[in-house]
Amino acid sequence: MSQTHILSGGFDSPATGSAQAFRAAMEAMARPGTIETLSGGTGPAPLSDAAATLLLTLCDTTTPLFLGASHDTDDIRAWLAFHTGAPIARREDAQFALGTWSDLAPLGAYATGTPEYPDRSVTLIVEMPELSNTGAVLRGPGIEETTRLNLPDPQAHQANRALFPLGFDCFFTAGNRVAGLPRSTDVTAQPVAAEEV
Amino acid sequence: MYVAVKGGEAAIDAAHDWLAEERRGPTDIAELTLGQIKGQMSLAIARVMAEGSLYDPDLAALAIKQARGDLIEAIFLIRAYRTTLPRFGASHPVETGDMACDRRISATFKDLPGGQVLGPTFDYTHRLLDFKLAADGALAARDVAEDVAEAAPDTAPEPMPRVTEFLNAEGLIEPEVDPGEAPGDLTRAPLELPASRALRLQSLTRADEGFLLGMAYSTQRGYARNHAFVGELRIGTVPVEMDIPELGFAIEIGEITLTECETVNQFRGSETAPPQFTRGYGLVFGQTERKAISMALVDRALRWKELDEDDLGAPAQDEEFVLYHADNIQATGFLEHIKLPHYVDFQSETELLRRLRQAFAAAPIQAEAAE
Amino acid sequence: MDRKTWLSILAKADTAELSALWDALALAPAFSWLRRPQIGAVMVQGRAGGTGAAFNLGEMTVTRCTLQLENGPVGVGYVQGRDAAKAEIAALADALLQTAAAQAILDGLIEPLRAKAQARKAGRAAKADATRVDFFTLVRGEDG
Repeated sequence: MSQTHILSGGFDSPATGSAQAFRAAMEAMARPGTIETLSGGTGPAPLSDAAATLLLTLCDTTTPLFLGASHDTDDIRAWLAFHTGAPIARREDAQFALGTWSDLAPLGAYATGTPEYPDRSVTLIVEMPELSNTGAVLRGPGIEETTRLNLPDPQAHQANRALFPLGFDCFFTAGNRVAGLPRSTDVTAQPVAAEEV
Repeated sequence: MYVAVKGGEAAIDAAHDWLAEERRGPTDIAELTLGQIKGQMSLAIARVMAEGSLYDPDLAALAIKQARGDLIEAIFLIRAYRTTLPRFGASHPVETGDMACDRRISATFKDLPGGQVLGPTFDYTHRLLDFKLAADGALAARDVAEDVAEAAPDTAPEPMPRVTEFLNAEGLIEPEVDPGEAPGDLTRAPLELPASRALRLQSLTRADEGFLLGMAYSTQRGYARNHAFVGELRIGTVPVEMDIPELGFAIEIGEITLTECETVNQFRGSETAPPQFTRGYGLVFGQTERKAISMALVDRALRWKELDEDDLGAPAQDEEFVLYHADNIQATGFLEHIKLPHYVDFQSETELLRRLRQAFAAAPIQAEAAE
Repeated sequence: MDRKTWLSILAKADTAELSALWDALALAPAFSWLRRPQIGAVMVQGRAGGTGAAFNLGEMTVTRCTLQLENGPVGVGYVQGRDAAKAEIAALADALLQTAAAQAILDGLIEPLRAKAQARKAGRAAKADATRVDFFTLVRGEDG
């Protein structure tokens, strides 16, 4: 029954569920590239459990949310309305954006904060087919030396890093896995060939 | 500079135990119940809800009991608690024009539709202590219910249109129109100046009553040209309606008591506006008449820029001064922190002073030499 | 009666009255939670001058929950204050009002709650009416 489908999938226990999810999200953001497990929330397809859990934890009626085409379905909208109340917004007004990497573009449309309030910027929740510690090399705060993450477009993060302290932050989600990539991380594209050596 | 100090756990525990004991008071006297506080200290409840910025009489009663009657401490407890609550959304603006009024008076019009209703007011009392209240069990006031039984109006109460609407119909008062903008929320984003009127009103409605009273009084005494009449003062209940996303329509989620004050103020007119009356507005949780009137006066004083009036340099016209000092929790937090350990800061100050004194002792000779 | 009306009556109900009437109905429908009772706040808005720009007045406490009866309908409870039991009764009543049991809920719960609220309101209005005053202006001597 579609109504039940839309109304279910929240945290069993909102207080502990959201606290645990917040901790995992914070760990992911504090240690860029580290792949954490994130579950507790379940939404309509194609929403991953990790993205659903992030949305339940971070969004409410005061956080405008942009939906990329892949995730802009009636079911997801209804699920968000019941569980978060987050208003659906244009890219320009969004504090959070949800979708596949290609659906979230153009990145230039999002808020990157102001010099006084760099926090007034978007957080992208990027749905991925899978997450693995391969590909682009990450350096910076929260990373001991280097780590890797299979980023879809490393150049975009280099451009974002150049805006620091302004910029956007990202969560990458796949299934019940999440990795964080804050604006402070230095990203170097690594050719696939070099990796295989 | 903040420096952590350690130690004193046992002393702190003992202080808290004693605090609990002092709060309870003599055990041969019955402990206060929350119902008693809520029912019989209702104006203290109103103040804690208004300045705590959370409408919940049961919580306010608990806070007052826990704070031993220190209302600012109680407000602090409520403010701390409210930060733990998830926000379900915002209501539609309440329709105070449809208020079920306990009290409704106008100082500008003697005869008005709906009439003047005094309600449960301290006005016209003689401010003489009523020693009958000191005698346990005595019922001091006569029972209003008997009079009411005689009156027994089955008809719906007469509508009470806004007093300012009479003036508005004649074009004698500035119109108050809704620009349809979503208001800012100073509990979510830091207050930036200049603040919109919406942010000023939010700040004033949760402001310290004493501070606001003093500011309002200063405008009456001449610190801002602001001669105000109470166009209307009403106290009563209004339903609170909110859109429920999962339902797709709005429902009433509760009912709250509010005090509303609209002042009518003189205005000479400017290059762009004809001479007309202007408005000040107060709206506060609970039965909080003094606060609502104060709010309306201070609101009016802060509107000098948008009305193209002169800055007279009065404190009540100074947005930064009023808005940054009106919150008693911010104020008491900063004020009271100076009693906490500052040993390292003070030690460095002391050393600096010693050095300056040494320098001073040596300096006069140089000074004389220079002359 | 529409759903908006009964939900509004349930939201504003006195907790003791609501529980007493509900208990008297002796219903214990099987249900599952879609959202367990959750205490939160709603930002109440007012308008400058009563009719002008909206502003944030302060929050109020609200408890909400959503449940589903075993035989289908979803019930929503939004009630004033912090009271999980009250929200649960409201949501159960809302769900049952969408079933064949609707009339029993209307007669045994919603109508009595409405009548009690109306009586309370009328009582206060009558007390207020007893304090209605007519002021007379008097000619002051010095004005001649």
